[in-house]
Amino acid sequence: MSATEQVAGSRIDISGLDPDGWTAVCRLERLTPDRGVAALVEGRAVAIFLLADGSLHAIDNIDPISGASILSRGLIGDVDGTPTVASPMFKQRFELLSGRCIDASDVAVTVHDVGLVDDVIHVRLQGSP
Amino acid sequence: MSASEHVDILVVGNGMVGHRFVEAAIEKGLLANRRMLVVGEEWRRAYDRVHLSSVFDGVEEHDLQLGEDDVYTTDGVELLLADPVVSIDPNNRLARTEKGRSISFTDCVLATGSAPFVPPIPGTAASGSFVYRTLDDLTAIRDWAKGCRTGAVVGGGLLGLEAANALRLLGLETTVVEFAPRLMAVQLDDGGAATLRRHVEALGLNVRTSAAATEVLTTPDGRVEGLRFADGPDLETDLVVFAAGIRPRDQLARACGLDVGERGGIVVDDACATSAPGVWAIGEVACHRGRVYGLVAPGYTMAEVVADRIAGSDATFEGADLSTALKLLGVQVAGIGDPHADGDEIVIADPIAGTYQKVIVDREGRVLGAVLVGDSSPFATLVQCLRGTIETPDLIDVLRPSAGPAAAGGIGDWPDTAGVCSCHNVGCGTIRAAVREGFEDVGGVKKCTKAGTGCGSCVPVIQELIDAELSRAGKTVIKRLCPHFDMTRPELFELVRMSGIRTFSALVERHGTGRGCEICKPAVASIFASLSSTYILDGEYASLQDSNDHFLANLQKDGTYSVIPRVPGGEITPAQLIAIGEVARDFDLYTKITGGQRIDLLGARVEQLPLIWARLIDAGLESGHAYGKALRTVKSCVGTTWCRYGVQDSTTMAIELELRYRGLRSPHKIKMAVSGCARECAEAQGKDIGVIATERGWNLYVGGNGGMRPAHAELLAEDLDDAGLIKAIDRYLMWYIRTAERLERTATWQRKLPGGIDFVRRVVIDDELGLGESFEADMARHVAGYRCEWTETLEDPQRLERFTSFVNTDEPDPTVVGVTIRGQRVPAGAQS
Repeated sequence: MSATEQVAGSRIDISGLDPDGWTAVCRLERLTPDRGVAALVEGRAVAIFLLADGSLHAIDNIDPISGASILSRGLIGDVDGTPTVASPMFKQRFELLSGRCIDASDVAVTVHDVGLVDDVIHVRLQGSP
Repeated sequence: MSASEHVDILVVGNGMVGHRFVEAAIEKGLLANRRMLVVGEEWRRAYDRVHLSSVFDGVEEHDLQLGEDDVYTTDGVELLLADPVVSIDPNNRLARTEKGRSISFTDCVLATGSAPFVPPIPGTAASGSFVYRTLDDLTAIRDWAKGCRTGAVVGGGLLGLEAANALRLLGLETTVVEFAPRLMAVQLDDGGAATLRRHVEALGLNVRTSAAATEVLTTPDGRVEGLRFADGPDLETDLVVFAAGIRPRDQLARACGLDVGERGGIVVDDACATSAPGVWAIGEVACHRGRVYGLVAPGYTMAEVVADRIAGSDATFEGADLSTALKLLGVQVAGIGDPHADGDEIVIADPIAGTYQKVIVDREGRVLGAVLVGDSSPFATLVQCLRGTIETPDLIDVLRPSAGPAAAGGIGDWPDTAGVCSCHNVGCGTIRAAVREGFEDVGGVKKCTKAGTGCGSCVPVIQELIDAELSRAGKTVIKRLCPHFDMTRPELFELVRMSGIRTFSALVERHGTGRGCEICKPAVASIFASLSSTYILDGEYASLQDSNDHFLANLQKDGTYSVIPRVPGGEITPAQLIAIGEVARDFDLYTKITGGQRIDLLGARVEQLPLIWARLIDAGLESGHAYGKALRTVKSCVGTTWCRYGVQDSTTMAIELELRYRGLRSPHKIKMAVSGCARECAEAQGKDIGVIATERGWNLYVGGNGGMRPAHAELLAEDLDDAGLIKAIDRYLMWYIRTAERLERTATWQRKLPGGIDFVRRVVIDDELGLGESFEADMARHVAGYRCEWTETLEDPQRLERFTSFVNTDEPDPTVVGVTIRGQRVPAGAQS
């Protein structure tokens, strides 16, 4: 088990935690910094992002505004230091930490837990599907 | 005497300054209990004389009218036109008009302006000899010019160059004749005048300086046929316009014994009062502290002062500096303070860009005067320095054009008391207040404050103030690219080009803030792509591309993609058509013919894209770049190959152009078309680049587009041969790519250029800026480095990794559900 640094509370070595509820997704090197991938976790599409600072984030992949499963393909940005992803469909931005949509009130996506075990990305779903 | 009618205020003259007085009187409430009569000599009410020549450039006469339509129907105002005042009796406060109307007044405001100076030489009364002051003068010039080929303007100052522009717009071969050794001798120094002269000559005008006209040569029947000079050969000309300075029209005042200045002009004190009680003089007819102002701004200030005085206040006119910024023949020209002052000089001249800037400072670094030609963006800041309303910043920063007006002097930080519009005497504070009230663009601020509606030279400053005020209020200012880069796309492009930086992380670290966003990342990626031929998805570049570029396909509403192979010129073999059909059938793709003579295959899931492209490339097809801000298609007709009417081989040319510019990344998409004859079946005039065959070659149109705001392309050059056509397109495109804003089509970019299509022609065809070679070299590099992005992608298994719906399973995306309509698969819910 390799030690990984803790950054922004999201790239977390979870190897000591109760494995219950965590799903192994892919190796870390499958991800390009500041881009996302989509994974199907227990039938739910999840977008996972690796940022240039090394932090990992996971949110729902389905864009609540267009209904398409595409948020993993959005561009990463920051709004006053808060990391965001912009939906590639109509460009609304979602905060990666809170899931809140900056450009449309009352719209949000669920944020999921994401961590590493031996450089393998694991996701634990949050909220109801 | 008993027949006289009485008015409280008699305004003699309805020019720009007389009109301003009327507006000021209304604004200040003078007419609540007073009657005012305005008497004008012309049959038109007041109009903008500063922009007279624009009526030959498509502006309607009515658009030059000053003030709202109802100004002269305000209660208490009467306007009497075409009946000038011919005599005044200041002792009895009486005036008489030409048609015999007798008026008694309490106050009389003389605003009779000035008359053009015509030198006392033989022949000035000949047919075809004109002055340049009124719309009627212009009408007469236009009528006479119909039978003329050449024209001359005597006078190379402000007015003379305006008049020369008018003749040029009438299509005359025009010569400007100036007595002094340089143009605009009062406002400019030798260096500035030389730069201006180059611009003027580049427009096709001839200039003769140090030329003293001694006689207007005439035909036996009394028509102008030339000019004779003290020195040098005669000048043949069919028409001559005298615009060599002005003289105050002070005859009324002289006749009634008012004091006049040594060189003319009615003498006024700081209250603008003449030597007779109750009689005031304002504008170009007034002589204040020995000086007659030939500019509109001081006249406007005088008008305000007199209105205030009549209202009972003690306002004063303290004189005005002669700082002025204007556009002459499309060239920005400004003189500030005393351009001939004795002091230390800072001069920045760029003969290639055609700019010249000089600032004169005293030992303490205070600005005494300045000359700006070609780029007057530092004008506003320098005027504030001259007046002492702001601390003088580092002048090099103010002058260096690359710093831009935003960096130069921080207009946003000017005090509220700093003046902005000297024509209407509007300060920063008033403009800021207007922005806070919700007038968030120049048009709104103009309406609300009048600022910028005089000579217009302060409009850039108004824009800056609006931007600053908006960003202070936390609102978006469109000018900078995004919150991460405080510069425009052209500035960023130049920075990337010159610095050699080719990674986003280095660029944002050194020249931006934060980590970038969905605006600046693709913009920078596009700039990198325009400047090199590197694969657009390698390494860090992958994180910069919009989703479409990232997957080299166009995202559709259900999360699937469309695929468009390139079909150069719309020419396709049956075998390729069959291959496309087979791919569509095998992957169950919806097919549709596009407007650009290609075939769109829709409904491909991400993981299908490489499989689809492997088949298409096998069939000899390549990426069509429909996903990029890049060249899309070059539409064509069948030309001479098949068509009975064709005059050139439009299909071959279209294919050549499409293969040359394919993959070229640009600020927005680019579309082209080539038509084989004037019937224009390829609709080239609605494209960014449109080529239409002629008997002798090709006509090149630029700056058209369809879409939401269709734009008709403009003719750039005629009868080009093949090489000339390609050279012109190379230059045009590279210039556009370097200097357009993000997502700005060629039409908008071209419209915003100073001088419009004429300027484009001078840069692209005449290579006036000397950039042609650099543009062509950039394009040659692009052409040599082009590779099909899909071929490159398929070559490398690592590059294919991203093309999966899910990173942890091969299951297709369960949200993509299709239904069948008219025999093809479309997204479920597409019909709802």
